[in-house]
Amino acid sequence: MTNSHSRTILRGLKAAQDDISLLIVTGVLTTAAVLLVAGSPDEKRISVYSNVANYSLTAVQRNNLDYIGLLELLEPLGTVSAKTSGDHWKFRYNDVESEFIAGRTRARVRGGDLDLPANFVLEKGRGLVPLSSLSTLLPRILGGPITFNQSARRLFVGNVAIHFTAQIDKTGAQKLVMNFTSPVNPTIATEPGKLRMLFTHEPVVSPGSQTLTFDSKAIPSASFQESNGAAEILVTSNTPVMASFSNDGRTITIAPPSTTSAQNQAQPQTQPANPPPPPTVVASTTAPAIAPQHVFAVIDASHGGDERGAALSDRLAEKDVTLAFARALRAEMMARGLTAQLLRDADTTLTLDQRAGMANSSGAAIYICIHASSEGNGVRLYTALVPSASDNHGPFLDWDTAQSSFQETSQVAALSVASELKNKKIPVRTFQAPLRPLNNVATAALAIEISPAAGNVSQLNAPDYEQSLASAVATGVLDIRDKLQAGSR
Amino acid sequence: MIPRHLIIAVAVMIAVALGMSFYAWRIRGRVNRAEGPANTQPVAPPAAGPSEQVTLYVAYDDAQVLRPRAVRIPLPAGRQERAEELLQALVDLYLDKSSPHVLGPDSEIRGVYLVDPGLAVIDLNAAFANGHRSGVLIEELTMASLVGSLSANIPGISRIKILVDGKERDTLAGHVDLTNFYDVAAVNQLVAQLQNAL
Repeated sequence: MTNSHSRTILRGLKAAQDDISLLIVTGVLTTAAVLLVAGSPDEKRISVYSNVANYSLTAVQRNNLDYIGLLELLEPLGTVSAKTSGDHWKFRYNDVESEFIAGRTRARVRGGDLDLPANFVLEKGRGLVPLSSLSTLLPRILGGPITFNQSARRLFVGNVAIHFTAQIDKTGAQKLVMNFTSPVNPTIATEPGKLRMLFTHEPVVSPGSQTLTFDSKAIPSASFQESNGAAEILVTSNTPVMASFSNDGRTITIAPPSTTSAQNQAQPQTQPANPPPPPTVVASTTAPAIAPQHVFAVIDASHGGDERGAALSDRLAEKDVTLAFARALRAEMMARGLTAQLLRDADTTLTLDQRAGMANSSGAAIYICIHASSEGNGVRLYTALVPSASDNHGPFLDWDTAQSSFQETSQVAALSVASELKNKKIPVRTFQAPLRPLNNVATAALAIEISPAAGNVSQLNAPDYEQSLASAVATGVLDIRDKLQAGSR
Repeated sequence: MIPRHLIIAVAVMIAVALGMSFYAWRIRGRVNRAEGPANTQPVAPPAAGPSEQVTLYVAYDDAQVLRPRAVRIPLPAGRQERAEELLQALVDLYLDKSSPHVLGPDSEIRGVYLVDPGLAVIDLNAAFANGHRSGVLIEELTMASLVGSLSANIPGISRIKILVDGKERDTLAGHVDLTNFYDVAAVNQLVAQLQNAL
C-alpha cells in the first residue's frame, strides 16, 4: 500500500512538476485513502472465533463503556432477526427469543430474567449490549460455553482455541519449533532482534505462561500477549532468523536462514525475519477453517473477576494463581495429546451454575477444578461429597446430585493423580468435599487445591512449581484416559 | 314482716359458706405442710447441670486433621439445649488462646434446632462466617468438626443444615457449600478421612 501511495505521488509530480496545488490535492487524497483502509488507530476491535466463522467487529463506546451490536455479533453464527417496539427490542437467534429494554439492565432471555452490568442501548433499531455482559449473556443465547477475554476483546464460542507448544530443537543449528493444534497463518513482521507473529483470525491462546524462556543463546525467549482482538507471539533472537511453515501450517520453525533453507527445502512458505531495517510486513491470508474438536478435559480456574477467592498474601489472590495453574495444566495435557479447554481464560466472573453447565455441555471425559491455599503443603485432591437430595427423574439428573453416577470414576481419577504426585515426592492427600460445582457435574470431576510445598506462598505462582504439579496431574489423567472415556459415555 | 321460709334459707346459706371456708382453710394448711419452706434459691442457668463426658472432633491446622477429644462439660437435660451447649463448647475451644484451629473473633453458635426427626439446623452468627479463613480444607475442617461433634453426641440426627444469622448462605468462606443438607453418614466418613494425617 505504501508503494502504491509513493507511485501515485511520483506520477503526480511528473505530470505537473510546477503545479503544487495538484500535489497537495493528491497528497490529501492519498492520506485519506490510507486512513480509510487502515482504520483509526484508536478503533476497538472484537474478534469472534467459532466453528462456523472467525470474524472481527468494531466496538463502540457509550456512557464511557464498550458496547457491541448484538445482531451483528451473532449474525455469522446463525439466523438472527430483531424487532423494535417502542423501548422494547425483541431479538431472535435461531429459536431463542430475547427481549431488551432501552435504558434498562434487566433483560429476558429464554424466558428467564438476566441482569446486564450496564444499560441496554437502542439506537435506530440497533441493539447494543455492553461488552462486559457477553460472558453471561451469550451462553444463555447460544446454549453453549463461550470464553470471553474482555481485556483483549477476544471471544471464543465453544471449544475452538488453538493451543501451541514451543521448544528448542538442538539437533544441528538451534531452532525454535512451535506446534499448533490447528493450521495457522499469522502476519509476520520483523525488526532487529525480534520476530512478531500476529494472529488476527486464529484463536491462538496462551501456552500457560505469558513468557517462555529457552535454553538457547540464539533464541532466548518468546512472549505471548493479547490485545484489541488479536494475539501476538514475539520471539526474541540474537541472530537473524526466518520463519518457515510445515505440517499443513501446524508447525512454525524459527531458525537462522541457512538452517531453515537447508532443513526445510520442501516447505512451501518461508518468510524472512530479522533482516536489516526497515521492518517488513507480510500480509496474511484468510485463516483456514477450524474443524470441531473433541474436548477430553475441562479445566476450571476457580473464582475470577469480582470474586477473588482467598487472599493468599497481600498481593496474591487465589483467582490469579488458579488461572496460571489452569493454563499450565492445559499446556501439559495438550503436550500429552489430551485436548483440554479452560472454562475461563481471563479474569472473568462465572457463577458455579454456569461452570457446571459449561462443563456438562462440553461432553468432556473429566472436569478438573483448580483451587489454591496458603495453608498446608503440597496438594489436596477432592471428589464430591454429594449432598442429601431428591432423586433423578428419567433422563433428568437431579442438579445437586448429578455427580452420583460418576463418583467411582472420579475417585479412580483422584487416586491416579495422587499416585503420580507421590512419584514426584509431592505431598498429597485425597478427600471428599462439599465443594460446588463438583456435585453438579455429570462426568468424572476432581478438584485440586494447591499449596506451597515449603510454606513459602510465593512458590504458588513460581513457573517451576506450577509446571511440576501440572505435569504430574496431566500424567495421572493420561494414565486412566481409557477409563475416563468409557466412564463419560 | 320477713317471711319465715326466707329467713331459714339465708341461715342455711350462711352455714354452708362458713363450712366451705373452714374446709378451704384446712386444705391450704395441708399443702403448706407438704411443700415445706419456700425455695429461695436462684434459677439455675441453662448450662448448669451434671458434667458429662462427650467427644468433640477438634480440627488441628498444623497437621490439617481432625482428632477426637474427650471433654467433660455441664449439659442440660433437654436434647436441643444439649446440642447448643455442646457446639458452643467446641467454638469456645477454638476461640481460646491456645486454639489449634483459629476462628474469627466473636464467633458464636446462635442456636441449634432439632426441627424434624433426624434433621438438625445449626445457626452460626455472621461473625463466624465473615471472620473464617478461606480455603477448601480449612473450611471443611470446621464443617466436619461441627457436624461430627453434634452427631457423635446427639443420637438420631441423619441430616444437618448450616445457616448463618438465620439465613441460607452459599459458602462458609468461599469454598465449602452451605446451600445443601449434609448427609451425616457421608460426613462421618469424611470425619474418618480427616483423622488420617499426611
